[in-house]
Amino acid sequence: MKPVAFEYCRPDTVEEALDLLKEFGSDASIISGGLSLGAMLNMRLVRPKALIDINGLGELADIKAGDATIRTGTLIRQAGAMEMPVLMSGVPLLAKALPYVGHYQIRSRGTLGGSVAHADPSAEIPLTLVTLSGAVTLRSPGGSREVPAREFFQGLLTTDRRADELVTGLTWPIRRDLTGYAFEELAQRHGDFAITAVAAEATVAGDGSIADVSFGLGGVEDRPFVATTAGFVGKPATAATASDIANTIAETVDPMVDLQANADYRRQLVRVLGARVLTAAFNDATGQQEAA
Amino acid sequence: MLRIKPDQKQRVTVTVNGKAVSGYAEPRMLLTDFLRHELGMYGTHVGCEHGVCGACTAIIDGAATRSCLRYAVQCDGLEIQTVEGLADADGTLNTLQKAFNENGALQCGFCTAGILMSSTKFLQENPKPNDDEIRDMLSGHICRCTGYTQIVRAIRQASGQ
Amino acid sequence: MEPVAGIRHVAILRSSHAHARITSIDTSKAEALPGVHGVVTGVDIASVTNPIPSAIRVPIKFYPIAVDKVRYVGEPVAVIAAIDRYVAEDAMELIEIEYESLPPVADPVLALEEGASLLHDDVGSNQVHHRTFKYGDPDAAFASADKIVKLDWRYPRYSSTPMETYGVVANFERQPDRYTIWSNFQGPFILHALMTGALGVPGNRLRLITAPHSGGSFGIKQAMFPYMVLLGACSKLLGCPLKWIEDRLEHLIGSSMAADRADKVEAAFSKDGELLGLRFDNIVNVGAFVRAPEPASVYRMHSASNGCYRVKNIFVENRLVVTNTTPIGLNRGYGGPQFYFALERVIEAGAKELGIDPAEIRRRNFIRADEFPYLAPAGATYDSGDYEAGLDQALDLAAYDDLKAAREKARAEGKLFGIGMAAGIEPSGSNMAYVTLAQTPEERAKAGGRSGGLGTATISVDPSGSVTVKTVSTPAGQGHQTVAAQVVADALGMRPDQIDVITEVDTLTSAWSLASGNYANRFSSVVIGTIAETAEKVAKKIKLIAAENLEVAPEDIELVGGEARVVGVPEQALPIRRVASQTHWHPAGLPEGMEPGLFETTIMNPPMLDAPDDQDRVGSAVTFGYVFDLAAVEIDRTTGEIEIVKYVSVHDVGNVLNGLVVEGQIYGGFAHGIAGALLEEFVYDAGANPQAGTFADYLCITAPEVPEVTVGHFNTPSPHNTLGAKGMGDGSSMLAPTAIANAAADALGTYEIELPLTLNKTWAKANGQEYHRAGATRAKVGEGPREAGAVEGGLTGEGSVELSAPPAVVWEMLLDPDALASVVPGCEKLEQVGEDSFTAEVVIGVAGIKGVYSAAIDLKDKIEPQSVRLVGKASGGLGFGEGEGRVTLEDLGNGKTKLSYSYRANVGGKVAAVGQRMLGTVTKLLIGQFFRGFERRLKSGGDDGGSSGNPGFFRRMFGGGS
Ligand SMILES: Cc1cc2nc3c(=O)[nH]c(=O)nc-3n(C[C@H](O)[C@H](O)[C@H](O)COP(=O)(O)OP(=O)(O)OC[C@H]3O[C@@H](n4cnc5c(N)ncnc54)[C@H](O)[C@@H]3O)c2cc1C
Ligand code: FES
Ligand code: FES
Repeated sequence: MKPVAFEYCRPDTVEEALDLLKEFGSDASIISGGLSLGAMLNMRLVRPKALIDINGLGELADIKAGDATIRTGTLIRQAGAMEMPVLMSGVPLLAKALPYVGHYQIRSRGTLGGSVAHADPSAEIPLTLVTLSGAVTLRSPGGSREVPAREFFQGLLTTDRRADELVTGLTWPIRRDLTGYAFEELAQRHGDFAITAVAAEATVAGDGSIADVSFGLGGVEDRPFVATTAGFVGKPATAATASDIANTIAETVDPMVDLQANADYRRQLVRVLGARVLTAAFNDATGQQEAA
Repeated sequence: MLRIKPDQKQRVTVTVNGKAVSGYAEPRMLLTDFLRHELGMYGTHVGCEHGVCGACTAIIDGAATRSCLRYAVQCDGLEIQTVEGLADADGTLNTLQKAFNENGALQCGFCTAGILMSSTKFLQENPKPNDDEIRDMLSGHICRCTGYTQIVRAIRQASGQ
Repeated sequence: MEPVAGIRHVAILRSSHAHARITSIDTSKAEALPGVHGVVTGVDIASVTNPIPSAIRVPIKFYPIAVDKVRYVGEPVAVIAAIDRYVAEDAMELIEIEYESLPPVADPVLALEEGASLLHDDVGSNQVHHRTFKYGDPDAAFASADKIVKLDWRYPRYSSTPMETYGVVANFERQPDRYTIWSNFQGPFILHALMTGALGVPGNRLRLITAPHSGGSFGIKQAMFPYMVLLGACSKLLGCPLKWIEDRLEHLIGSSMAADRADKVEAAFSKDGELLGLRFDNIVNVGAFVRAPEPASVYRMHSASNGCYRVKNIFVENRLVVTNTTPIGLNRGYGGPQFYFALERVIEAGAKELGIDPAEIRRRNFIRADEFPYLAPAGATYDSGDYEAGLDQALDLAAYDDLKAAREKARAEGKLFGIGMAAGIEPSGSNMAYVTLAQTPEERAKAGGRSGGLGTATISVDPSGSVTVKTVSTPAGQGHQTVAAQVVADALGMRPDQIDVITEVDTLTSAWSLASGNYANRFSSVVIGTIAETAEKVAKKIKLIAAENLEVAPEDIELVGGEARVVGVPEQALPIRRVASQTHWHPAGLPEGMEPGLFETTIMNPPMLDAPDDQDRVGSAVTFGYVFDLAAVEIDRTTGEIEIVKYVSVHDVGNVLNGLVVEGQIYGGFAHGIAGALLEEFVYDAGANPQAGTFADYLCITAPEVPEVTVGHFNTPSPHNTLGAKGMGDGSSMLAPTAIANAAADALGTYEIELPLTLNKTWAKANGQEYHRAGATRAKVGEGPREAGAVEGGLTGEGSVELSAPPAVVWEMLLDPDALASVVPGCEKLEQVGEDSFTAEVVIGVAGIKGVYSAAIDLKDKIEPQSVRLVGKASGGLGFGEGEGRVTLEDLGNGKTKLSYSYRANVGGKVAAVGQRMLGTVTKLLIGQFFRGFERRLKSGGDDGGSSGNPGFFRRMFGGGS
């Protein structure tokens, strides 16, 4: 179990990294934490001509908080993110999701951006970004662009990133008032990729009705996505509505099948976990209202 | 910018347990192979080479993480702590190692180096963990011998609880 | 470990096919790679070795590497030696092999069917062993029964996957020809004889040196002996020492596993719950070969087929089946988990049917405390025990009445709550002869007698008075050194840290025998007793010398605190070291007639380990420990989560030699048992492709999944060894799967429980749904095409798309190579090679996981412009695929067509083994991409039309994707 021979490149600037991407295109692999890439390299599933190690690019590890969004550099480690109060209080859904990512020894090195670039359908960070309607910043020699997360993920390990682009950062919408957040997942073992993961963001109006709801699903189809729930806006933000939403959505999904679970079971988890997170998000929002 | 050709052997210097040591590595050489076969430090074990078992966990650059998912050339200039650095120079075991011994927390010992390194870092960050937190941290390791119960006890004991 | 200079590093190329004939192997490119020392194939090995003998007399030639045919995924096909492992793996990819695939069979029941694909042509059947046994009068027992309970099920295949994998260094030297092999082999050293047989050398020319301790075994390391033969033979062929360290992917597909089984059991009860008779019907899937010591897995428990009970009438039928799966072997509890899954479930089912409490029915049937030693119907002599006491302790620790009340309460609230138990004896210290039950008494008589399980130990005291114990126990973390040092220290009046214990084996210098090694809980049942006896001999000699020096009788000497002193007169003493050194420095001063030196060896055969008699009864083990487990579970009906509310495990291990060591073994065995109950399984798909090739797919239990367990102890010392100890290494690994299954059965109200109880499976059971794991051998898969001669495979799917062109246009484009080449992403080349035959080259990849595949496709059953069947094959670096699909076109009017497709594919190789999570989804993804491109092209005006062929599309569908 040893990788194929590759050239090792450690750029000192983002520009150098982009030059390398131009030179090698899809024959290069970018390595961030290496927690996903390393295994694929060692198994020779990935056979790059060059490994571009971006870990020296300090500028990609910064965090910038604006009024409505927080921008995290791609290289921020998952464990590091958990220690950033601005990020954890500003993006509570991410704070709730991160402890589910792998294990202590994975989060210590795995990066936020690496997880997004990797695009595992069950991964928590992509699901969170999609649920919150965040965005991914990409840079290529030709310039930089921002892609809404909901368009970035295109399928299993497949994204909108072009071969000459580097993911440089993620944009997280900051928590909104009177809005609740909840995250839950079920895996066969603690710390495994989820069979199904669900996330919810819900804003509740003064009359107790749903003003806005975003219901994100991971591990169900080949990419994380947000279910269509527009029809439920205006309905009471109650556990009964939460079940309604989850049950309705469960009928519309087209779940994947693998060794762990079949489609029926994934649908069932959409129902059960969905009802739980939506209820929790409603309660979180209502609680804020009462406190206010 | 550093560029190393696929078949080029590069001199890599790392500070292992406080001592600077060097060896040579091609870009694709795993850090685990470098530690074991270039530096002759067999304390770090290899159980899967795909990041799941935890046997290879070492403290690299201040983070307890997998050394099988790192390449030696990535680590030039970094500080690495391995299990060899835990005991005193005269072989006296440290508190955590003693706790492992006293609680029967190791049988074959193959998983132990990794678990000790994770626990070392973990206890620095969380000096008084409860059992659930310990089990959560341990979920990143596979031990086939002990059934984990005595490991949890040992870590509790080492944390002075 | 580099014990010799000039070592080359080995990589082993393994078959990605489950069943295929090797038509050619070309190693020239690999050999030409700089850094490569040489390549060895099966034909080379067959020229320098003999087939490895087996305990079963069937015409199967078992070599450690495939010679003309591969029979399981993971079977070695070529060995590459190079300057390092990296280069060896580079070379591995350059070896070109052509296979002619044969139909695979992974399921033991399907393998027994008429017309099943045969693994070994010369045998004429996949059934390689069949015997029946009768003890007492089972027919009469069943005829007189008030209640008969029957169960049948499948027991999954799993393994304890030690954290340290196999490692072998082999060196062949000439003049005289001899092999030295260093390894972490665990015995039994009876396999040494098989290895010398295979290598064709006398025993003293095969020197095995094992590591002092190894990183876990649980029996699995027994199965490395064919690799030792392989590396030895390669060292001879290549003329240099070789080192091979198995990697985890190799381990998970190519080492060893516990057998999966298709078993049935029937139990006859009287109305008050007396167990009158048992009938066991065992079908064991041994994998592709009967690798020694198989068929032992089905005979280890045989002589104790009555379990803990007094039942006398027992019928056993054993069948061994070969399939295209990895050969099975020893694994913790060896045969025990499967046996108790039958016995302890049927007794619990009997209790339910008769309305008797499951604890009570066991109590009524237990062998009574005053009946020991107890001669079991099939020949085991249970040394000691008090099964009822263990039961009572368990009920007490579990607060059984409270637990039952909690169950009532939970049920009243609509919850799924269940209690289950399992009781079992734990045989330890095996009789090497129990395996010969596989032969009829007549065959045994002809073959000559077999019996025994020798223990050996040596203690030497050097001229400085230092004590060294040599035991050939090859421990893997079970604390042998600790316990041995303690026992010897006690006998010699010294401190344990003054005793050195050497556990490594060197067959040229150690005192060893066939049974030596680390398995079957030998240590506490046999080995430690042998050590204790040896220590007694040393102590006796020291006392004799001291007595003469101090001018007292030897009986008046005691060994305490490092001194030999006169009882009651502590000032009158000599340092033991001085006495010991006298045996070296001053032999003339020793008592009359005493041999000089202080060096004692004991070789002991426990007398109960006799040969099987003509009624097939055999004393299979020395000691019989006892375990009683009780589990209570609550199952979440909505998610299938199983919460283990309570787990109690009570053990009788005889006298406890070291509390911490015993405790560690109990916790460890318990974790393995829970893992088997809930998580771990080696799944094979219908194409016999292993589906759990990484530690991300084979789910080893981790800390959060191990529930709290309350352990209880009581001891009935064994009269079968000097220390009164019994083996205890298997413990709950044998019973926890059954205790959990019984608890789940109680919660779910059904006896039909199969393991592992994964989330999806448990949820399906709780909600009355059928569930088979995707890809599993017996999976109910989608409605893929299943024409005669259809491909067996695990990957299936179907779907349809609406296309903006009439059927005739779609048909043309579908069968036009040029058009397709342009819409199939990654299609590099597409050629027509026959009327309805095509070849193609396609690059497929997601996320940099790219591979180049070459494909061959045939079109069949063309009905223009309605339907066509495609049969194809593809192979590339990451794996191969074979499959077929059907496409039907339906005219929807106004220039539109509905295209429906279905496919069934067998995907093998690395992709299947490590990319499990990806396969299905990648296939969907690629099909989606294809149709989007297809539709785009249709809309942009199509093309000039050609004649046929559509390889890219079906290549993708046939997997090889990801
Ligand atoms: C045992 C184990 C358990 C895990 N469990 C989970 C889990 O439960 N949930 C979960 O979400 N993850 C899990 N992971 C994965 C982990 O979170 C990874 O850290 C993450 O998926 C990838 O981040 P990374 O920084 O390690 O990226 P890498 O492994 O370095 O890269 C991953 C991929 O993204 C590409 N890439 C990386 N950075 C960039 C960039 N800046 N621009 C463009 N492309 C880039 C790489 O080329 C590669 O293809 C687990 C991993 C392990 C080993
Ligand atoms: S060897 Fe690194 S995690 Fe297993
Ligand atoms: S002690 Fe053997 S694997 Fe943990």
